[in-house]
Amino acid sequence: MADVSIVVVSHSRQLGEGLVKLLRQLAPGVDLHQAAGLGEELGTDATAVAAALQQCPETNDILVFFDLGSAAMNAEMALELTPQSVAGRTHIVDAPLVEGAVAAAVAARSRLPVADVIQQAEAARTVPKILS
Amino acid sequence: MLTIESMQAFIEAYAARLEELCAVLDDLDNRIGDGDHGTNMARGFRTAADRTASGTFQDLGALCQTVAMALLSSVGGASGPLYATAFMRFAQSWNVCTHVDYAKLATGVAAALEGLRARGKAEVGEKTMIDVWTPAADAIAAHPDETGLREAVSRATNAALATRDIAATKGRAAYLGARSVGTCDPGSISSAMFFEELADAIAGGVTKTTWQTSAL
Repeated sequence: MADVSIVVVSHSRQLGEGLVKLLRQLAPGVDLHQAAGLGEELGTDATAVAAALQQCPETNDILVFFDLGSAAMNAEMALELTPQSVAGRTHIVDAPLVEGAVAAAVAARSRLPVADVIQQAEAARTVPKILS
Repeated sequence: MLTIESMQAFIEAYAARLEELCAVLDDLDNRIGDGDHGTNMARGFRTAADRTASGTFQDLGALCQTVAMALLSSVGGASGPLYATAFMRFAQSWNVCTHVDYAKLATGVAAALEGLRARGKAEVGEKTMIDVWTPAADAIAAHPDETGLREAVSRATNAALATRDIAATKGRAAYLGARSVGTCDPGSISSAMFFEELADAIAGGVTKTTWQTSAL
């Protein structure tokens, strides 16, 4: 079974780096990358996303998490810029950035199959955060 | 006829126009988005113009691909992948061509429109650049000649102004919904400028709209 890599795409470099730091603590050993910010400015860069995808180990499935709309667009664009051998293993996940990536990282650490990792990330959207 | 030289001239002219009207586009975007459309577009096309002016290109495919990659790494917002997608479709349509006639121009613009629709997942009437690119592509396809190109410019301009009355359902302005009515879509205005500059570079003599924030 293939391991899962996680790529965080954010408009903010600090947000991307901060989330990766959080994930690293919660799920040590999981392969993590970020493509966040446009230099020191806010923005996303499809070429940076493509570079991050290509840094993932070549046997891993890759899950991409993103913050706002155009980050998703640049993630899709990155798939066009990478070889099919990479793009074919990449899944852009429609989930809340922080909660989704956390759920995925924890599931990936447990080495769940990629479909289950994605499912847990997507389910993060409806998990209540304040328990009554 | 679109040549490597006229495409280079177009990219430079469009970059200069975006720099000139940067504040107008930022103002519009400030009202209904995140306020950086002019800044992003001017930065992106300046990067593209610098890279294309200094390079030599075998064909329009290579030139358009260079523009696409420059935009991707320098624009930042949604307009980066969108305009880059348009140029990637131009590159595919005009691969190995050193010049294209009006029929192939029409094919390229139609391919770019299809790319924009797929990338932005938008349809006509949602207050996006699709509202401008669609009538422009239709006009060139209906009359693949100089008249069709001039008609495309006029329809693009009218369509951009007409986005003022639409409530956004796509993009950052969708957060505002009905409150986006009364302001033109900045991406539609930059698209109308795109067709003005493209037509001027190809055919010359285009009367350019004086875009002023108060009228948009």
